[in-house]
Amino acid sequence: MLKVESIHYGIVIDHITQGKGKRIFDKLNLEEVDYPVVLLRNVPSSKYGKKDIIKIENCIDIDMTMLGLIDPNITINIIENEKIIKKMKVEIPKEVHGLFRCKNPRCISNTELYSNPSFKLVRFNGTVEYICEYCEELTSYSL
Amino acid sequence: MSLVGKHLIDPGDFTLTEFDSVFQLAEKIIENKEDFSEICKGKILASLFYEPSTRTRLSFESAMLRMGGKVLGFSDANVSSTSKGESIADTIRVISSYADIAVIRHPKEGAPKLASKYSSIPIINGGDGGHQHPTQTLTDLLTIRTFKGSLQGISVAFCGDLKFGRTVHSLIKTLSRYPYNRFILISPRELRLPEHIKYSLDNQKTIEIIETEDLESVIDNIDIFYMTRIQKERFFNEADYVRLKDSYILNKEKLKCAKKDMLIMHPLPRVNEISYEVDEDDRAVYFKQAEFGVYVRMALMALLLGVYKNA
Repeated sequence: MLKVESIHYGIVIDHITQGKGKRIFDKLNLEEVDYPVVLLRNVPSSKYGKKDIIKIENCIDIDMTMLGLIDPNITINIIENEKIIKKMKVEIPKEVHGLFRCKNPRCISNTELYSNPSFKLVRFNGTVEYICEYCEELTSYSL
Repeated sequence: MSLVGKHLIDPGDFTLTEFDSVFQLAEKIIENKEDFSEICKGKILASLFYEPSTRTRLSFESAMLRMGGKVLGFSDANVSSTSKGESIADTIRVISSYADIAVIRHPKEGAPKLASKYSSIPIINGGDGGHQHPTQTLTDLLTIRTFKGSLQGISVAFCGDLKFGRTVHSLIKTLSRYPYNRFILISPRELRLPEHIKYSLDNQKTIEIIETEDLESVIDNIDIFYMTRIQKERFFNEADYVRLKDSYILNKEKLKCAKKDMLIMHPLPRVNEISYEVDEDDRAVYFKQAEFGVYVRMALMALLLGVYKNA
């Protein structure tokens, strides 16, 4: 069994669906940071069979909205003095600002710099559908 | 209830009671236009048309002039600073200090919404791409209310370009908020009503929605027939436009099967989708509809500017 040291202060992104860890690692730009990070893949899990885990030392500020879009199964553990002081479950975000673009080529948010593409969750049936604040077009976001 | 300072970007921005207040004032204006000839004295309308328009622009400008106000603006984006790359946000922040109210038509969907976020004066959406056209809806509802006496319990057929037809999107969304209405959607498969518009309809109040490509099979059971033009300017592909442009043409022959009191409406401009021979039919109200556009826009601007109490 692979051993990874516990972290003193930081976060553990746990219960990532197997195979999605690398995508989250990339989306959080963890390649670029200078503090210790580790991506664990295919870790045995009693709940899911296998899962991915990301451990980040010295940082507790991450974009929960983006994590919710990629994998709503994730649990976030905040660590201080090597102990979990807070456990949070991410959710499919009800509102998303600036994380993806409207699929409607005629939408103002695709051309005007001032407009931050903004969406509201309207449906959830295997795909997540968001309605654009500006043109009301539905944009699907696959999990 | 007050509409002072509000924006009208989407028909959903107003409650049905607020719509009623606009119609009631429009009816007063129709009855006695002279009483309203000075109420906007000292007020300025900014008429910002980034896309060609005849009826909407001129009816807004006529409405403000008929109330004693003044108008400034442009009717071609190429003569504004947009051609130099200025953003809508910057344009509207500046124009907010030049005028008291603004109407914006723009080819990009959501542009008036964006403008409203940066504006300190009321913004009226004069049509944004294939999205919404709320003041045409006010015009349409006033026409239906005048000729039918009610906005509920009616069968309304929308025919033609239901995909890009912003007048259709605004009107069906609004009519679905009134109870017991039935909608018949007549269009080629490629120009069907978009999913996001269907999603936005109030299905609790609507009795039925029928989609068909066959006009003749449904024309005998319609109270309001709302014809639209196949809009060349919304197509990315010219060949698709040519293939679909003559999909539906309403003529005397087809009207033989229609109800004797069915209203024939059209937001105009018309190309050939309603034959000229239909103009003589008593059921054709599209020119009256265009005339109502001035009065309803007078009422709207008077209420947004808060000048009506002085009338």
